[in-house]
Amino acid sequence: MAVTVKTFTSVSEAAGALSSDRTARYLGGGTLVMRALNEGDVSISTVVRAQDQALTRFDASGPRITLGAGVTFARVLAERDLGFLHAPARSIGGPAVRNMGTVGGNLFAPNPYGDFTVALLALDATVAVQGGFGSRDVGIEEFLQARDRQSGTLVLSISCTRPASTGAFRYRKIARIKPKGGSVITLAAHLPISGGRIAGARIALGSMAPTQIRARAAERALEGQPLDAAAIAAAASAATEGTSPSDNALGSAWYRREIVGVHLRRLLSGQE
Amino acid sequence: MSKIPLQFRHNGRDVAIFVDGGTNLLVALRELIGDMTPKFGCGQGGCGTCSVLIDGELHLSCLTLAESVAGRSIETLDGMKLGPNLHPLQRAFADNFAAQCGYCTPGMLMAAKALLDRNPSPSRDEVIEAISGNICRCTGYEPIINAILAAAGGRVSA
Ligand SMILES: Cc1cc2nc3c(=O)[nH]c(=O)nc-3n(C[C@H](O)[C@H](O)[C@H](O)COP(=O)(O)OP(=O)(O)OC[C@H]3O[C@@H](n4cnc5c(N)ncnc54)[C@H](O)[C@@H]3O)c2cc1C
Ligand code: FES
Ligand code: FES
Repeated sequence: MAVTVKTFTSVSEAAGALSSDRTARYLGGGTLVMRALNEGDVSISTVVRAQDQALTRFDASGPRITLGAGVTFARVLAERDLGFLHAPARSIGGPAVRNMGTVGGNLFAPNPYGDFTVALLALDATVAVQGGFGSRDVGIEEFLQARDRQSGTLVLSISCTRPASTGAFRYRKIARIKPKGGSVITLAAHLPISGGRIAGARIALGSMAPTQIRARAAERALEGQPLDAAAIAAAASAATEGTSPSDNALGSAWYRREIVGVHLRRLLSGQE
Repeated sequence: MSKIPLQFRHNGRDVAIFVDGGTNLLVALRELIGDMTPKFGCGQGGCGTCSVLIDGELHLSCLTLAESVAGRSIETLDGMKLGPNLHPLQRAFADNFAAQCGYCTPGMLMAAKALLDRNPSPSRDEVIEAISGNICRCTGYEPIINAILAAAGGRVSA
């Protein structure tokens, strides 16, 4: 079925069009929206596009980085200053999907997708959104919790603080099909160390709940501790707390609960 | 619903067509331009047989909104031959028995071209990575990987 495509040159016009039409869907890289159209999803009758360069801009030079929502994974991978985000970007799809898929679209990708968002959640990212009435910043956790109600909102950019050292940020995606494939589970950890102890631990999980979630019990087990065997064991055994995985073709909920602690232990102890 | 005018470059030639809103590039290429080399496999991004190059970058034409290529340059397998000669990659696919039913071949060749244009001497792992979005149900991949490595090694002349 034909849809109406509305293309705007500015983000504010696109945001206006999006917020005033319930059937409108924003088109990022299109890897999920076009798939829905090809499958005959009749809930989409208008597609909104914005050709504003602000959406593909990024600033990776300072301690706080900002990625326009339209930045692709291939673009992230081409940027040396974004090295800490290369593992999550590389874990997505095949080369064509990485050339097309965007960071903004990933915030809305349902299971078994949304891997990049797991990394951004562990990095406590901030999402800049624009509704019909101007723009505002939302914490990524709050954003994800209200994700289903975000249909009229345009994501402008995502920003986060660069991890202090390479070891402070870790990412691991468990997939059955390599080098590409949907996530069985995805894990990311940000572990800032101050005076030999973890201060501000963040652990994020993908495919362990309807949206990406923080593993708060595991974070608590690490907080204020040195990253030693005892703290890692405590975090691993708390990994399933608060999770609600589901069954899909890639793995059962039972299996996901069984393996999440094992992979968290490996991630935290730096094992391959 | 009114038709939307669309112009872009197709294998080095300017084309002008009218599309329906929401039409994907694969449909536009096959049904409106008559270029049957990009194949329809899944329409979901999963098989890669519809792969084309957009401004030199590998994209899935089934997931590309046709309107989004206005003014851009599209390359498909149809434009790969060099005059009367096969492209070195095509030659290498033939010489290395890299096609059986051939359904995946157009996408494989485009993925391989995207790789070699950027990296003329890839490692085996880089070749595997480059075709990781393309599914082949017949060859078991080894002949395809070997063909791409052979073309890269310059062992096949145009
Ligand atoms: C073969 C294949 C393999 C894949 N593999 C992976 C994988 O391994 N890991 C993974 O995480 N994902 C994967 N994906 C899913 C997808 O490609 C990515 O999640 C990608 O990041 C989605 O971004 P997009 O720009 O293409 O989204 P689109 O399809 O353009 O949009 C997706 C949703 O996000 C909304 N949206 C997009 N941008 C904005 C914005 N700026 N503001 C508001 N709403 C917006 C759209 O309206 C839509 O609802 C795969 C997809 C395919 C087809
Ligand atoms: S038809 Fe486009 S990826 Fe399968
Ligand atoms: S040769 Fe048949 S699908 Fe690849």
